[in-house]
Amino acid sequence: MTDIRYEAPETLDAAVGLLAGESGRAQVLAGGTDVLVQIHTDRVNPDLIVDIKKIAELRAITNNDGAWSFGASVTGKELMDNADFNAAWPGVMDGVRLIGSVQVRGRASVGGNLCNASPAADSVPPMIAARAIATVVGPNGTREVPVEDIATGPGQTSLDKGEFVVSFQLPKRAPNSGDAYLRFTPRTEMDIAVVGCAVNLTLDDSGACTNARVSLGAVAARALVVDDAAKALIGTKVDDVAMDALAAAASAACSPIDDKRGTIEYRTEVAGVLAQRAAAIALERAKS
Amino acid sequence: MVKQHVTTTVNGDAVELLCDPTQTLLDILRDELDMKGTKEGCGTGDCGACSVTMDGVLVCSCLVLGVEANGASVETIEGMAEGEELHPLQQKFIDHIALQCGICTPGLLVASKALLEENPDPTESEIRYWLAGNLCRCTGYHKIIEAVQDAAAEMRGN
Repeated sequence: MTDIRYEAPETLDAAVGLLAGESGRAQVLAGGTDVLVQIHTDRVNPDLIVDIKKIAELRAITNNDGAWSFGASVTGKELMDNADFNAAWPGVMDGVRLIGSVQVRGRASVGGNLCNASPAADSVPPMIAARAIATVVGPNGTREVPVEDIATGPGQTSLDKGEFVVSFQLPKRAPNSGDAYLRFTPRTEMDIAVVGCAVNLTLDDSGACTNARVSLGAVAARALVVDDAAKALIGTKVDDVAMDALAAAASAACSPIDDKRGTIEYRTEVAGVLAQRAAAIALERAKS
Repeated sequence: MVKQHVTTTVNGDAVELLCDPTQTLLDILRDELDMKGTKEGCGTGDCGACSVTMDGVLVCSCLVLGVEANGASVETIEGMAEGEELHPLQQKFIDHIALQCGICTPGLLVASKALLEENPDPTESEIRYWLAGNLCRCTGYHKIIEAVQDAAAEMRGN
């Protein structure tokens, strides 16, 4: 252990100043459920830890006439305890609820899940499917970044030195919309996705799909937006033909790793199956 | 190493100490405060042996820095019994023989107490999902689930 310093600033400006001004390696800390393990196993060796969760903007959950936003260090538990948010974005919560254990969700945040940049992060595909936008602050001010553009590969993000995610904005939902996230794991709890799939869709009054977005996790170096899978649903009544096209498009988008938890062939097949099952749940939620 | 001044409350008692920024709350409890009831299993948040509550929220103390506990109220297994009188969960774990080696037991008790505070009448399935982050390699869990159900019933006054 070297001479590590810890700071817990209470304003965005102070945090940016600390991160941008650090000559050594600065590490952002939110819930810490990934970062602490990385520090203690010497995978990261920061000179400065900047704890961002005492900043008010990082902790707020707001509903502005149906357009939700929440701070990047809001914990999984805090989101789970917010009944209105659960009702508005059940698919996002499908993902949040699968992060770690009760203990881990007491600390872990969606911002941390995103910026840790694991391709298998469970909250990321449903946030992408939801068209969530991340507000990023840094030395050059703030910028708005679609969630799918934050992670660039395993452990890698597009954030520059001194930048961090402040909050997420979710668009106001059209009537008859529903979202869902499913993952495949060998165990039901405390496991890492072999494949994850989120579907977010909107129906018109006749039950035809007018808008859809599909995101896959754990089948590429980062979570994917699968436009062809969304196109397979749009304009249909999400019938068997559309479901077959959806599965084919989802499988076609996969370029997974081959490891003990799932072969390339297996992950590719399961991506199609999960896309169909997630779409069926999203459809049910859109109708209810 | 630049040590930082931390003021916290542990089981209702005010505690002041100097903390190295990389020490976890678990390190602080065991090594600085000599409270060995909270166990270290994996050190990576997978096993739940180090479960405590911080401001009422169940956490793995190995995944919290000591400096993050500044200003917080921490509850550990040492605060569970009232003097000589065991908490109903502690008594039921004994009655049901819901432990063998005992390393996981403090974490399971703290986690179960947090469950019953949020949900006084959990189903078996709810108990199993809640305790998924607490590993026990001896019992096979069945006796633990029975003990939690029995304690819950007693605490509800049944």
